[in-house]
Amino acid sequence: MTVGHTTATRGLAPSRHVLANGLTVLSKRTPVTPAVTINASIGAGSVFDPPESSGVAHFLSKTIDRGTTSRSADQIAEALDSRGVSLATAVTRQVVSLTCTCLAEDFESILAQLADIITRPAFPAAEVNSRRSEVITLIRQDEDNPATVAVDGLMDALYGSAHPYGRKLRGTVENVEHIDGAVLHAFHQAHITPASVSLAIVGDVAPQRAVDAAGDAFLDWVASSRPEVQPASLPPAHARRALVIPMMNKAQADIAYGFTSITRNDPAYYAYWLMNHILGQYSMGGRLGDSIRERQGMAYYVFSSLDANLLPGPLMVRAGVSAANVARAVASIDAELIGLVNDGPTEQELIESKQYLIGSLPRTLETNAGIAAFLQSAEFFGLGLDYDVHVPGLLQAITRDEVHEAARRAVDPSTATVVVAGPYDGSLS
Amino acid sequence: MATAVEEQAGGASTVREHVLDNGLRVLILEVHTAPLATVWAWYRVGSKDEGPGLTGVSHWVEHMNFRGSTNIPREKVKGIIEQYGGYWNGYTWIDQTTYTETATRDALDRMLFIESERMGSCLYDPADCEAERTIIISELQGGENDPDTLLDQELTATAFRAHSYRHPTIGWLSDLQTMTRDDLYGHYRRFYVPNNATLVIVGDFDADAAMRDVVKRFGGIPAGDVGRRPQTKEPEQLGQRRVTISKDGTTAYLKIAHHAPAGDEAEFVPLLVLDAVLTGAKGVNLWASFRTPPPQRSARLYQALVNTGLASGVTGSIVPTQLPFMYTISATATEGTALDRLEDAAVAEIDRVARGGITPQELTKAKTQLRARLIFEDDSITNIAHQLGYFATIGRWQDFHALPARIDAVTVEQVAQVAARRLAPTSRTIGWFSPAAAQTPAAQTPAR
Repeated sequence: MTVGHTTATRGLAPSRHVLANGLTVLSKRTPVTPAVTINASIGAGSVFDPPESSGVAHFLSKTIDRGTTSRSADQIAEALDSRGVSLATAVTRQVVSLTCTCLAEDFESILAQLADIITRPAFPAAEVNSRRSEVITLIRQDEDNPATVAVDGLMDALYGSAHPYGRKLRGTVENVEHIDGAVLHAFHQAHITPASVSLAIVGDVAPQRAVDAAGDAFLDWVASSRPEVQPASLPPAHARRALVIPMMNKAQADIAYGFTSITRNDPAYYAYWLMNHILGQYSMGGRLGDSIRERQGMAYYVFSSLDANLLPGPLMVRAGVSAANVARAVASIDAELIGLVNDGPTEQELIESKQYLIGSLPRTLETNAGIAAFLQSAEFFGLGLDYDVHVPGLLQAITRDEVHEAARRAVDPSTATVVVAGPYDGSLS
Repeated sequence: MATAVEEQAGGASTVREHVLDNGLRVLILEVHTAPLATVWAWYRVGSKDEGPGLTGVSHWVEHMNFRGSTNIPREKVKGIIEQYGGYWNGYTWIDQTTYTETATRDALDRMLFIESERMGSCLYDPADCEAERTIIISELQGGENDPDTLLDQELTATAFRAHSYRHPTIGWLSDLQTMTRDDLYGHYRRFYVPNNATLVIVGDFDADAAMRDVVKRFGGIPAGDVGRRPQTKEPEQLGQRRVTISKDGTTAYLKIAHHAPAGDEAEFVPLLVLDAVLTGAKGVNLWASFRTPPPQRSARLYQALVNTGLASGVTGSIVPTQLPFMYTISATATEGTALDRLEDAAVAEIDRVARGGITPQELTKAKTQLRARLIFEDDSITNIAHQLGYFATIGRWQDFHALPARIDAVTVEQVAQVAARRLAPTSRTIGWFSPAAAQTPAAQTPAR
């Protein structure tokens, strides 16, 4: 039944099994409550959307659980609802995920439902049409949301419409109008195969029971895999760019200010992680929060984020400010970045961020859902079953100079792309 | 110094309740599943305790209480819990203001120190008050960017005419622009007294030792007089009400509210079951329930509104509160669906259940869903502690542990009675966010 079986012996000590068909099962027993979280992560995110049809992966995430070759959408709904289970489907640029929590007594039954959904979706026409109007409504809501408009505008400016990171994850209304069952079947056949699925099972079930159930549920699934080719990376920008998207019906403007960054396997990743944490995460938003929120009182939220992935995702600063404060807020972001680029972090900042990131690991791993997400991330990036044991050492080894160098590479304001969406029609430098 | 009042088994663990001489109620529960501890400090003050000119003061005070105290200088706030890998936060709602820290167990005394400082000696520096004024106005305006938030605010203010549940917790803009530092400090000193608070501690520690730390940190804080707290009772609603927001936008939103019973009323749990039948069970954890979608694909309103293509989503909101609040159903119209059509379909389902009640099969499913949600909500010490403190603040903490039995005891007849009484058109307030100029405002269609 299984061709590979590994169990880490220290720390979290999860188990990893690879079924004969190539599907990976990660499991961890946590007998805290009689519940189990099942998290299926499928390497079929929006980067694999056909270039002429963005939004297919997202549309698939909305329809994959709406009927299989043997069960209708209503039958699936009844089977899940009657056990108190809600199946959450989500899509990122890299993965489609299906996640649910069930009572341990229902585990085998729910896993079988999930396997049916993943392996044999039918994409019935009536369901596809209903979900299409739902997706179009979501796109229209995005168009009315300054935060989404600003971030989409930044991604487009950073990556361009020829790159999947530059296109909207949900696609455009025009694209979505043309997505039908045939398009969804073709995407499913091409990208959802046993080798692209990683199943994390965390809760009140023993690893062997988890593997046996997964083996039973996915036993018949044989599909040939082809190597997934990631899109090419782009060279970073060399000049500053600014874009204003007026939305005069809104109360507040959103700023999305960013750069392309690095991949997750870049040797500088841990220095970038700490740099980003010091810049816009620690406590109330790092240095950015100290300046823009705490001292100047300009924004309820200001933070930075880093998406180092299989591709170099964005390093992004975000803030929501009144129209009158847009220019001042952008100037303040510039000033904080210049300070970090010129002088690097202080020793104290580095110590504090390391303490926090290492010390917060037990909280991250407290819940079944938290453990499942952690295991999936470690699996996706090939970090090893004992990553939880190693990560403190990896962070501790980073020096102040390395973080300073990351800042010099990553956040030079003269190469930033700045997008503002909201009740603002002024200019930006 | 401290008196043990009651112990109650909760699963494999036991909640211990103590009341200090100064009136501080302390709930302690050992949970040894992770090397963590959590502290929640709850104050029985929320936006319902605010009068004219001072709306939003409770929430603003919450913000101020992160800006330093006598023994935690402003510059030492940052990092005080983060150095233990910890998380801290707070929130304010209609009945309560609360603060939380979760960190490694060795930070327990640090967490108690922070909360004792917060109760007794926050600074309210005038410059910090002004910084928070603009931060909160930014928070308000960020919320107003969302049509759903705007509509919710208008709907609540329409459903309530007299009771102070009617104003938004964040406050009205003019009050946020004019409130003074003394208004804030006066509110803080009046309500942040031990006899108006509940401290909840859950995690991997020895309860006796933790209690000694509590006495050390909080025992010296004097009790205070919070004074008279009059509440206008909301008069019975005599007919259906409507509100329409006409504003630029891309999407139409519908909300239908009915007056709901308070958390400790007999009708509350049958209404919880009824909501599960209509929109799927959410559970009762304000901190966590709404982060996970409910199991709702087979729910009546999902079938009637989403599966028919009229709405892209539907939700129901019923939360235990100290006094009677609202049961709100919200739906987002799909592009091209007129709001009156969506409303007709939603009202038809509401009227159907008000007339005919639910089936035994629906009751069984709703109970299973609620039972599962209550288990799922117990997945972290932060959530466990939240629930104890939440219920202690709006009523009694034992009410939370009594919920499974109350849910089990609900009958089809009780749900039918609640549906008929609570979902009556005379108790109804309907709100539209109407983005398209072509749509006719409800106020101009009196025949409806």
